[in-house]
Formats: sequence, C-alpha cells, structure tokens
Amino acid sequence: MTAATEFTPLASLMGGGLIGLSAVLLMAAFGRIMGATGILAGVILPRDMQDFAWRAAVVAGMITGPIIIWLATGTTPDVSVPVSTPMLIVGGVIVGIGVTFGSGCTSGHGVCGMARLSPRSIAATLVFMIATFVTVYIVRHLIGA
Amino acid sequence: MRLFSAYLIGIIFGVGISISGMANPAKVLNFFDIAGTWDPSLAFVMGGALVVTFIGYRFVLKRPTPFAANSFQIPTGRAIDARLIGGSALFGIGWGIAGFCPGGALPALGTGVTQVFIFVAALIAGILIARALLTPRNRGMAAT
Repeated sequence: MTAATEFTPLASLMGGGLIGLSAVLLMAAFGRIMGATGILAGVILPRDMQDFAWRAAVVAGMITGPIIIWLATGTTPDVSVPVSTPMLIVGGVIVGIGVTFGSGCTSGHGVCGMARLSPRSIAATLVFMIATFVTVYIVRHLIGA
Repeated sequence: MRLFSAYLIGIIFGVGISISGMANPAKVLNFFDIAGTWDPSLAFVMGGALVVTFIGYRFVLKRPTPFAANSFQIPTGRAIDARLIGGSALFGIGWGIAGFCPGGALPALGTGVTQVFIFVAALIAGILIARALLTPRNRGMAAT
C-alpha cells in the first residue's frame, strides 16, 4: 500500500511558475528551450566547449536549487522514493532511451513545446502522460509492486 | 557573466522543481495513481509553468534575437513520427516505473539522496544506449 502525499496546490503552482520563469529567461537570454533532456545530453555528449559550458552551468544551477532551499529554510525538499532500486534502474534506462528517441521530456515538450503550441510537443506530452498513467495503474494495481 | 546567468537560470528551475514536488517520486507517482492515492498537485505545476511560459514566450519571441546569443534555437521538426510517439511512450513507461523524469531528477541530486544518483546513472546509460542506436551506421536498426 503506497503512502498518500499532501495536496499542495499553492506550492505546486508557485514551483510551476518558477519553472516557467526559468524557461522564459533561458529563451530570452540564450534563445534555448529549457529541456532537461537536451541540456543533460549536451553535457554527457558535448558538441563543443561553448555549448558544453552553458549547459553544464544550467545543470549546476539545477542541482544548487535544493541547496538554496536548505539554506533558506533549514530543510531540503522531500525526496521520498517508494520504488525498489531495480525499478529505479530499469525505469531510468527506459526513460533515457525514451526521451532520446522522443527528443524531449516534461520540461522540453510538456512545458516549452506546449507553451509555443508545437503539435509535436502536444502529441509527445499526451502520449507520455497517458503512458505514465497506464504504467502506474499496472504497476500499483495489477502487479502490486 | 553569460555562464553565471545560465547558472542562475538553472537555480530558478531547480528551486521551482523542488517547491513544486516534481523532485519527489512519491508525489509524482501519486499524481498518476488515479485509482489509488491520487495527489492532483502536479496538475498545478504544469498549469503554473505553462501559463508563465506561454505568456513569456509571446513577448520574448517577438524580439529579433535573444539578449546573449545570435539567434533563437527553436526546434523545427514538424513530423509526428514513430520515433516521437514510441520514444514518448517509453518515457512514460519509465517515468511510471521510477517516478523520476530528467527535469525532476537533476535538481534532486542536490538533496544528496542516494536513489537519485542511481536513477540519474541509469538515465545517462539509457541516453547513451539510445544515441548509439541512433548513430548513422546503426540507423537501419532504428529505422522508423
């Protein structure tokens, strides 16, 4: 039986707003999509030094986020992992393959792509959202993992 | 200065992800568990992000160029092809198994929780596998 989590409309809305702000700023400053997949891929498989540098800086900033929260509030954000380590590994590899073939993830397609009304991103987002709903149902209610 | 700006933008994303709950697999998986311990919070994350980005992009993309780059690098692909759909389906399956997506996991590394590192290592492995499958001499195998 999985534990319930608190419904946090305000915090989630604010967090979402900040995510959106970062996307707008990245586009305004550097003309880039705030897509975690592409940014990470450009760090692990760099094209050139300049391209690697801004991507690495963004990733470093992302990782700094929880540290800022810890400095401001004294606690780090909750990261409760209700799945086994094998599931993390299997899921992680599948995500990595999926976002590469699919050219993006929740931030790239779901936020940035949909915000500019890209049909590709709308299609991608619909598909991965449905796939996630179905997978969670199967894993939690059919398999019982 | 450019790199420091990129770093700051990353921080804003990381703080947003942290506050929103996207870095918390328990919360993420509960959003997708409509038949169980449903937590609708993530809808508000998407909503908040979409509204801000939609409005912001409309202003920003009117400019001739970005402030610190020569041009806007907007994806130009139009085709909704098998690779897009298949890849997105796989992404959803993996997300539903692990509870992390790339944008949620990268900031979560900053909490030091071991499982995040395990997921990100697997994520990187998956990206490398997919890239290897997609390189030109292998394209026959990955042909859509």
